[in-house]
Amino acid sequence: GNWAKLAAQQTLTQDDLLGFDTYGNITLVHVTDIHGQLKPIYFREPEINLGIGDVNGLPPHVTGADFLKMFNMTAGTPEAYALTYQDFSALAKGYGKMGGLDRVATILNAIRSDRPDALLLDGGDTWHGSYTCFKTDAQDMVNVMNALKPDAMTSHWEFTLGHDRVNEIVDELPFAFLGANIFDNEWDEPAYEPYKMFERGGAKVAVIGQAFPYLPIANPNWMFPGLSFGVREERMREVVAEVRDAGADLVVVLSHNGFDVDRKMASQVDGIDVVLTGHTHDALPEPVMVNNTMLIASGSNGKFVTRLDLDVQNGQLLGFRHKLIPVFSDVIEADKDVAAVIDAERAPYEAEMSEVLGQTDSLLYRRGNFNGTWDDLICNALIDEREADIALSPGFRWGPSLTPGDKITREDVFNATSMSYPNAYRSEMTGETLHVILEDVADNLFNPDPYYQQGGDMVRVGGMGYHIDVSKPQGSRITNMTLLKTGEAIDPAKSYVVSGWASVNEGTEGPPIWDVVESYIKRQGTISIDPNKSVKVTGA
Amino acid sequence: MASGVKPRVKVPKTASAGEAITIKTLISHKMESGQRKDKEGNVIPRSIINRFTCDFNGQNVISVTLEPAISTNPYVEFEATVPEAGEFKFTWYDDDGSVYDTAKSVAIG
Amino acid sequence: LGAGAAAVAALPISALASVDDAIAAFTGGADMGDAGIDLTTPEIAENGNTVPISVDAPGATAVMILATGNPTPGVCTFEFGPLAATQMASTRIRLAGTQDVVAIAKMADGSFARASNTVKVTIGGCGG
Ligand SMILES: [Mn+2]
Ligand SMILES: [Mn+2]
Repeated sequence: GNWAKLAAQQTLTQDDLLGFDTYGNITLVHVTDIHGQLKPIYFREPEINLGIGDVNGLPPHVTGADFLKMFNMTAGTPEAYALTYQDFSALAKGYGKMGGLDRVATILNAIRSDRPDALLLDGGDTWHGSYTCFKTDAQDMVNVMNALKPDAMTSHWEFTLGHDRVNEIVDELPFAFLGANIFDNEWDEPAYEPYKMFERGGAKVAVIGQAFPYLPIANPNWMFPGLSFGVREERMREVVAEVRDAGADLVVVLSHNGFDVDRKMASQVDGIDVVLTGHTHDALPEPVMVNNTMLIASGSNGKFVTRLDLDVQNGQLLGFRHKLIPVFSDVIEADKDVAAVIDAERAPYEAEMSEVLGQTDSLLYRRGNFNGTWDDLICNALIDEREADIALSPGFRWGPSLTPGDKITREDVFNATSMSYPNAYRSEMTGETLHVILEDVADNLFNPDPYYQQGGDMVRVGGMGYHIDVSKPQGSRITNMTLLKTGEAIDPAKSYVVSGWASVNEGTEGPPIWDVVESYIKRQGTISIDPNKSVKVTGA
Repeated sequence: MASGVKPRVKVPKTASAGEAITIKTLISHKMESGQRKDKEGNVIPRSIINRFTCDFNGQNVISVTLEPAISTNPYVEFEATVPEAGEFKFTWYDDDGSVYDTAKSVAIG
Repeated sequence: LGAGAAAVAALPISALASVDDAIAAFTGGADMGDAGIDLTTPEIAENGNTVPISVDAPGATAVMILATGNPTPGVCTFEFGPLAATQMASTRIRLAGTQDVVAIAKMADGSFARASNTVKVTIGGCGG
């Protein structure tokens, strides 16, 4: 409570946050996974983030006290609040919300006053995730990001706007939209620019884009039927060779692979100096080195900006200086011009999205490998509103948090649910089908080979408990599936009424999930989520 | 003859003598596997493209035997040597006895 | 992930006997090395009905492709003629579920080489 506020006021100044001893001849600025968040938000980092096999215990698979110890931080400090989950509700009251693209603009202004030609690189998941983004088909994000003047971006959720809409935006985009691994699936030819070469500080900087490899699997492929993605390690090797041949002194991969996929790719593909990682929403205060490649993780939801200064001479990276800048919104002043752009985008929708639906007594957050209170709320709403035995909510990693005592507005509900395929289905599934689904998703998360991981969390389950041994192979991780309302074991042959949302199948029927959740919150008035003890985890 | 079968190929218009070029081929065809059933539960008979060949001035580049596990609209990509100016001939053989072909000439330049 | 998604996740049908038969028919029972043939497949199929695969076997006269988990394992056989610039070829295949795709090259000297990759066919539907 109060001690935190005092600490905040005493320790944080804009000068401290932005202070940076300019170094070398090139500056990269990285933002990623903003998910439509124009305004400051709370975002609680995960408590459980398991690393399987070789990456067990390595960043980003370190949380809470272990994280603080690894990076030599103290509990209760601003950096502890920004980077870990502990005491989140109390610290949030003291340190306040984070992010806001008008604050990001202030940081950019400061960096550009040191280094006018700093490269601003956006890792994607930008044109998705809020009420205004949904209502404007992402034009709000496009307009605000344009005001920040990025130099390049790559993509993931962007394609859930539909292929045509993406192309419509890209045609007008004043910067590069890159994806070396995006191909047309008829003739197998590159569908977007693979890289862009920049001249900075007397050096040639190649920025190679890598879109999310598993778009057609993790998201509805009927929305972009002509495109193929994939990890395409050999393609990355070819493009790195191509840019080196073209004289690149520094090779940067602007990636939406997810951290473990990037770590493997960096170990397999020579010649990459920097990977700006995205998709898995990790925030790390230091680069992770893989051989000679530096991996940078800049968080999500506008909460952090990475500044990376590099000394590059004659094709050699001689040194670097790095800072993960936390965007404390009460400390960093809003840039007035960008604030005006944001306000203009929001104004037409302000009345409808600010409507209060209820309030929460519990911290509502999403991140964590197995559950989060936001998805517990969504699952409760699905079971209640759609009269289901069991509810499924995808393991998304986006969606800001709300702290105890906060009002819940329509905007808050959209922040956790906004998407272009929101229908809340209700269907019958056998116990066996449920098992197959859980096993399938678990393998996307816990396959020991990162190239088989899709970067989401485990599907959230309401109304059913289970045990998971993350060390087992697909097909034998999930046991003891139990219907919570009766305590009975799930019968493989029996049918259960299941409600869920965000199905990737075309033609899924049902009300949009935000209507389901809104109706539930209005009926409940005050939301209180009991600790979720229905998933038992072993093998970690 | 099956309906709607249309071959398409991508071949560079010119090459230098002896150059290796990439050729991409597609033929629109449903490739009925013989393993699916209709609404009445009867097996839908197999009907696929079972063989594909590419020749240049009468000399063979590649020939492919295709099974029902090849996807709808069979795609084959390969690399050919162009020893001199001439014509690539592409031929697809259907289970039903139909033969589809198309040709592309390449100049040396 | 969603309603009905499990329909595409049919369990692979074991067809090992006929895989062995197909290999024996191609190699005549000869030993197979693992050098000299590269098989490129996606780690996870974007669509099990159309999975791009590519083989490269320098010096091969023919390459046979098998999908070990399909009801019948045969996929295709490439035979390279005198004007093949390389012994590289690509096509798109159907996979009934997660399984190993196998490529076997017959070399000009009569030897054989084998490569195998696992391709995962998944329900998908969740993400960051
Ligand atoms: Mn994201
Ligand atoms: Mn993503």
